[in-house]
Amino acid sequence: MIKTDKLNFEYDDGSFKLENIDINIDDGEFVVIIGHNGSGKSTLAKLFNGIYLPNSGKIYVNKMDTSDEELIWEIRKSAGMIFQNPDNQIVATIVEDDVAFGPENLAIERSEIRNRVDKSLKTVGMFDYINKPTTSLSGGQKQRVAIAGILAMQPKCIILDEPTAMLDPVGRKDVMRTIHKLNKEEKITIVHITHFMNEAVDADRIIVMDQGKKIMEGTPKEIFSRVKDVRNLGLDVPQVTLLAHMLKDEGINIDDDIIKIDEMVEKLCQLK
Amino acid sequence: MSIKIENLSYIYDQGMPFETIAVDNISFDIENGEFVGIIGHTGSGKSTLIQTINGLYKPSKGKIFINDIDLTDKKVKKSDIRKKVGLVFQYPEYQLFEETVYKDIAFGPKNLNLKADEIDIRVKESMKLVGLDFEKLNEVSPFELSGGQKRRVAIAGVLAMNPEVLILDEPTAGLDPKARDEILKQIEILNKKKKVTVLLVSHSMEEVANLVDRLIVLDKGKKVLDGDVRSVFKEYELLTDIGLGVPQVTELINKLNLRGCNIKETVLNVEEAKNAILKQLRGDSND
Amino acid sequence: MIRDITVGQYYPSESTIHDLDPRFKIIASFIYMISIFAVESIIGYGVVTLFIVFLIKMSKIPIKYILKGLKPIMLIIIFAFVINVFFTPGKVIFEYRIIKVTSEGLYRGFFMAIRLVFLIIGTSLLTLTTSPLKLTDGIEKLLNPFKKIGLPAHELAMMMTISLRFIPTLLEETDKIMKAQMARGADFESGSIVNRAKGLIPLLVPLFISAFQRADDLAMAMEARCYRGGDNRTQLKVLKYTRKDLIGSFVLILYVASLFAFKMVW
Repeated sequence: MIKTDKLNFEYDDGSFKLENIDINIDDGEFVVIIGHNGSGKSTLAKLFNGIYLPNSGKIYVNKMDTSDEELIWEIRKSAGMIFQNPDNQIVATIVEDDVAFGPENLAIERSEIRNRVDKSLKTVGMFDYINKPTTSLSGGQKQRVAIAGILAMQPKCIILDEPTAMLDPVGRKDVMRTIHKLNKEEKITIVHITHFMNEAVDADRIIVMDQGKKIMEGTPKEIFSRVKDVRNLGLDVPQVTLLAHMLKDEGINIDDDIIKIDEMVEKLCQLK
Repeated sequence: MSIKIENLSYIYDQGMPFETIAVDNISFDIENGEFVGIIGHTGSGKSTLIQTINGLYKPSKGKIFINDIDLTDKKVKKSDIRKKVGLVFQYPEYQLFEETVYKDIAFGPKNLNLKADEIDIRVKESMKLVGLDFEKLNEVSPFELSGGQKRRVAIAGVLAMNPEVLILDEPTAGLDPKARDEILKQIEILNKKKKVTVLLVSHSMEEVANLVDRLIVLDKGKKVLDGDVRSVFKEYELLTDIGLGVPQVTELINKLNLRGCNIKETVLNVEEAKNAILKQLRGDSND
Repeated sequence: MIRDITVGQYYPSESTIHDLDPRFKIIASFIYMISIFAVESIIGYGVVTLFIVFLIKMSKIPIKYILKGLKPIMLIIIFAFVINVFFTPGKVIFEYRIIKVTSEGLYRGFFMAIRLVFLIIGTSLLTLTTSPLKLTDGIEKLLNPFKKIGLPAHELAMMMTISLRFIPTLLEETDKIMKAQMARGADFESGSIVNRAKGLIPLLVPLFISAFQRADDLAMAMEARCYRGGDNRTQLKVLKYTRKDLIGSFVLILYVASLFAFKMVW
């Protein structure tokens, strides 16, 4: 779905670089890109969507080269993008009008827009709010409306650039549930960028970025079991993973790649 | 500096059709030097509550005493209260406006009409308190800093007022784990070493578990729990019901107990969980 | 105070007035505005009053809510009344030192106040019953004929939509920054005018920075959603004149005709 080939990027003022990035994201995958602020993860997202263009190397979205100007709208149609601040990406004052904004830009026929708006809002669980003013929604609800807005463009892939950073725990959970649902039920490829490690445990694959480089890549179990490396980067590991590690250090016979509570409960009950 | 809240209520749009009760009959006392966490999710009334304590909102009902001075008394000057109670808003970096870090931090002390040399001392001191290098950063524009640094400048701006009570509204929102841990550490030092009374508003249980002495839990404008951290975390079900949850390890121990373990301790962090589980495992094998 | 402003706000409700085509409503509002300044007799104002009461009833908006919108401009209304009362020459009915009240003045002052009240009620009725999107859409369509002479109708309408969308957000932000600076000892309320203006800097600088940031973010989000200006774009909600608009025009004609009729007779 998304493939980068020796990607290099530098801001005009030279303030930040991405070096030699090779990433390959398959159709239908759920990939989490993690790293702390300034690691380059958000820059990467903007490169995927053709908002920035690489200095050298290539990015292919759905086999289309992002540096080909003629393809830019096709690319944006197939790879939708959600941003961090829920307030700054909603265009219209009424929920359904905002969801319709994307399809309207694609010059889609009216009856079809109607179908898509209704269906997208149902998928993200915001159909009851269809005629509500967007300013009356909570942060989490705004993000879900934004997701519906992208969904109505029928993308193959959705790139989410720290969509949960400004939300409270309830909003965060709702957004995470929604994007997992899109991945499972609608088979949409998800690229989720975050600095919350606990949002990565259910991913198919994690890519860890640091100082403009890709430094780790693997399944959640592979990544989290490297507790020391991850913590050295200033990132969290789930508490249970840390606990499993500490127990192992104490000589308890337990796997150190446990990432979920229920897994831990099972393992410990077997030990007893 | 002690705070005493008595039957405090705050109602938005009182008498209008959209009337909403944001704070509903809340009472509590906070002793000098305490480190209190105020927990609740969005809409629980926590932001309104702290703004009332700072004198930004006039309570609809009830009284607030700061060091036995009644805040609701009309004779009390609000500006005097704000000198003593420092309030750091959510995303405080949005309030930065000066050309240099120095000038921005000096804004508060200047409003207190302090002398230049006193202001200078305060700026240096508060930059140190939040872990910012004075020599390196004082002439830099705050807008060129990273997110975490901007936030520290904003917090320093409030600290420069020399408040006796510091209230912080979700000071770690939107920060990455590294910046988050650094800021929390500075706040802890402020409380432990400088003896500043701290009220930390948060919606993250994991964040406050290891930090505060006492927790006040709010839900729908009401105070539902109040006590030391361990006693509050015992109310696992209630906390889950109001959508707050508890740290992963606390939940883990709960689930283990449901599966027949008998761990009596309420664990707050990974270290404690490790010890409790080791005791259980080794205790069992000794039988 | 900010909460009291109802002009420009939308009051969602299901009514015939809400359903009318915005283009019709905009034109009707203009006709209504002209009518209140053309009317000069008490009977005429009786007709206007009946008409506006009828519209409010039809719109299902609580009359209290509409009257609330008058509060912020009460001062202007009183001012207009007083000016007219004291400065209109004519038959003096009351005199105290230099203050003279004439019967003509009372008469004119009263009408001026009534006109302003009707004007505000009428215009707020338009925005209260028309969602911002429909309103801007209506304006865009009405301006369309001027596209030929280079008027960017779509862009103007899009700008209006976005402004309306961000007004509440920025008001909230203003409130927040103001409180944050007050917590740092800023004083927005006292001192000389110069000092007060200076005192606004800590509010305005962060507000501008944030507004620019938002504009930048929004532009990026709109581009990511394939926004390319007004050409070759469809719309979910297309304006269509319906039977209701036809009935609406009859009511409007009836209203204007009755105003004329009364003018002829009296």
